[in-house]
Order: sequence, then structure tokens, then C-alpha cells
Amino acid sequence: MANYSTNDFRSGLKVMLDGDPCSILENEFVKPGKGQAFNRVKLRNLKTARVLEKTFKSGDTLEGADVMDQDMQYLYTDGDFWYFMEPDTFEQHQATENAVGDALQWLSEQDVCVVTLYNGSPLSVVPPNHVELEIIETDPGLRGDTAQGGSKPAKLATGAVVKVPLFLDQGDVVKVDTRTGEYQGRVK
Amino acid sequence: MIEWKPGASLEALRCRAKLMAQLRDFFACRAVLEVDVPLLAKSTVTDLNIDSITASVGLADAFLQTSPEYFMKRLLAAGSGDIYSVGKAFRDAEIGRKHNPEFTLLEWYRCGWDDHQLMQEVVDLVALLIDDPHRSPAPVTKLTYYECFTNVMGFNPHRAELHQLRTIASQVASGDWFDQSRANCLDLIFSLRVEPAMPAGIVVVYDYPQCQAALAQISKDHNDDRVSRRFEVFLDGAEIGNGYLELTDPNEQIARFNEDIDGRNEVNRPSVHVDEKFVASLIHGLPACAGVALGVDRILMNILKAQTIDQVLTFAWPRC
Repeated sequence: MANYSTNDFRSGLKVMLDGDPCSILENEFVKPGKGQAFNRVKLRNLKTARVLEKTFKSGDTLEGADVMDQDMQYLYTDGDFWYFMEPDTFEQHQATENAVGDALQWLSEQDVCVVTLYNGSPLSVVPPNHVELEIIETDPGLRGDTAQGGSKPAKLATGAVVKVPLFLDQGDVVKVDTRTGEYQGRVK
Repeated sequence: MIEWKPGASLEALRCRAKLMAQLRDFFACRAVLEVDVPLLAKSTVTDLNIDSITASVGLADAFLQTSPEYFMKRLLAAGSGDIYSVGKAFRDAEIGRKHNPEFTLLEWYRCGWDDHQLMQEVVDLVALLIDDPHRSPAPVTKLTYYECFTNVMGFNPHRAELHQLRTIASQVASGDWFDQSRANCLDLIFSLRVEPAMPAGIVVVYDYPQCQAALAQISKDHNDDRVSRRFEVFLDGAEIGNGYLELTDPNEQIARFNEDIDGRNEVNRPSVHVDEKFVASLIHGLPACAGVALGVDRILMNILKAQTIDQVLTFAWPRC
């Protein structure tokens, strides 16, 4: 991979830092009038998702990371791996539980996810922002109780547990925002 | 689509024009003479951390000037009396939210004044330029480098051992800074810890560490530590200027130039030669004086509450 100097650092650039692939979030050039120039850089470690702040001498370089984001369709899991397919080439990739991470609780077959590939293997998976899932377990609904305010936990088909209004029942399909885990509405 | 439009709004253009008129009026009232010095010259500064943009004239190397300092001091040595210059200065590779490689610098010299008299004049000018009838006047704070550093870090920057400074710089800057000089470690700690804790308004910090003297005289502070008679001006936490009780001793100046040149060679920065015409003027005799340079664009950023220097320049470097 190419090397990038602090002058090339911009939001979204993927670089290697201490052996881990990182994505640059912010890069600020700092220079006291008479002093040495340096860059304050905010990066996200793509393996751990932790955000860290580092200071570099201006002109320092980091190796680029072989990381790319790709839309892929989720196919199935065999319990050990989760399988994704590139829609254009039909090429399949297997992701570990670690790579799938929190996306696990939202994934239904055929969902289109953003899979981050590092050296060709899935490093992380971002589920669709909104998913529609069936309630498979919840306390019985109180018919007619559509008043605001009350909520109860409901377990969805993929295993996620979200808070839903009291009037919903097992078998109802709900729309959920996967970024916040919040109920958005009833689908049918 | 090609981005051809200016970064500055019409309001920013008007604000700059008004500011230029105000500062010319300020100096006219105080009988300080405006001078127009070259931007293009055959020599340049030896500063360890400032790189000049090179050009060529005929077949000879030339440099865009990083400040009007040497030409202005040659005028002072020739007997000009109090002078100011407002114009462009150029510094290579300085590009960022608050930096543009071409920027507007206001620089002036007061003969027979010391640094504290000049600090007062700087405060008067900046207060005038940022004055907003709808807001209360900006508070003014004046303190030593020792005070503002010690308040935040809890130790004396002038007496700290180099290894201690390197350890602390490596902590605050999260990295390995163990090969860095005393001056660089102090700058890192100051920029990352001390500056963000500065009070709002106009802050003047004086008595800089001896290792950051640049072209300032050296003296002793109340703790008997050797400090440089250099000051910096901050506006709402952003550096806007740098001033000195000017060094007039040519031998000391030549020694500092040679130190700079050795330092540049050590870290493989482009080599430069000493400006001999400037040295000759010092040997002839620079009158006792104090001088300061202010970044006009940074002051405009403050007045216009601009987040980037691009918003106060017609065409910042990415638009050029």
C-alpha cells in the first residue's frame, strides 16, 4: 500500500496504526508561529471501533490500510460464520462472529449491509439503518390501548429486544432503527 | 463542477477593508510611518521551524519573505524611526484551519520602547479592532509564560529537566516525542494543554523560555530564571502575534543564526544562508527597540466568528 503523509490525511482515509487498520475522522494542523508544525489526528480503530487521538509531526507518514467498504447481501449463517455476497460478482465472504458484532441481532437473510473488508476479509458489518422484523415474544397486547407513554420489551425474530408500545402483539411486524435500537412504527 | 467562487463573504470583504483603514488610522495618529518592503529577496530567515517558498529571478535563487522583519530592521538601522508594515508574508506548507501559506501580517517597531510598553500598544490596537458596540469590551489578561504554564501543568517550565519535558510531551501528545528538543516539547505541552485553558479575550503571555528566544533579548525573571523578552498575543485562545524586545547585539545574533543553521542541518530541513545585508545593518547598529507582528487574518476570523481562515480570505490556497 501507498504511504500517506499528514498533508494527505483527510476524513475517511484508511491507514495502519500500531498494526491495526484505522479510519481518519479529523486532522487538524497545529503550528505555533515560531514552533514546530504538528497534526492532531482523530482516528477510529476499525477492529475495536475505539476512537483515539494522536499527534504527529507534520510530514510524518503512515502506511495505507487495505480497507474498503462494500455493499453486500447477507445470505445465511452456519453457526460458525456469517456469509455475505457481493451483488455484482456473486463472490461470497465469510465473516466471524467478532466481525459481525452487534449487527448480529438485526440480520435477516437478504438484507443489504455495508461490509468493511480488510486484506480481503470482513472486518466489520453495518446492518441497514432500518429493518422490519416480526415480534416473536412479548406480553399480550392490550387492545385499544394506543395511548402514548406505555411500553414493554419485545423479542424480535433475529433475537434483538426492543421497547414497543403496549398495544402490539406477537406476530406484528415492526420497523426499528438499528443505529439507536429504537422502535419506529408498526408495519402491519 | 469547478469551484471558482471566493471563500470570503461580502461581509468579510467589507470587514477587512474597514480593519485596514482602522489600523492605518491608528498608526497615523501615533506618528508611526508606513513602509512598503520587498516580498521577494535573495536571502531569507534561518528559523528552525519556518520554511520559505522559493522562486527564481533570472537564474538566481530567490525567496518569498516569511515576514518583513529583516528589511524593517535595516530601515531602523538606517534611521527610519518608528515604522509599520502591513502586507503579505509567505510560509511554505502551512495549510490548515487557521493557516494559509500566503497571509497578511502587520508588523511594527517602536524605538526606545521596551516589550511592556509595546504590549500595551498591542492591547490598545487589538481592543480597537475587535470592538463591538453591542458587546462588552473583551477582557485583557497579562501574565508570564511561567504563570500560565504553571497554573495548568503545576511545574516550572524554565527549570524542568529535558527528560521530564519529553515524558510529559509524550503523554499529552500520545506518541513518542523522546527525540525532541526542549523548545519542541514545551510547544507541544503549551499548544495542547495550556492554550486550551486560556481565558477568553486578549491574553498577552510574556517572558518566554530562553530556548525560544528567537530574536529577543535575554534577561532574568523574578525567580532568577533566564527568560527571553519575547511575548505572544492570544485572542480567545488563538495565537495572533509575537513580539520582542529586539536583540541588537550582532555577535549574539550571528551565534543564534549559526545555531539555527546547525539545527536545520540536523533535521535535514532545506539549508539556508545567513542574510549578510541584515547582519551588516546590525553591525552598523540597530537602535534599541521593541517589535511585534500580528496575523491580520486571525483577527478577522475572531471578529467574524469564522471557523476557518478560508472564510476571511478572498481565495485561500485550495481555491487558488
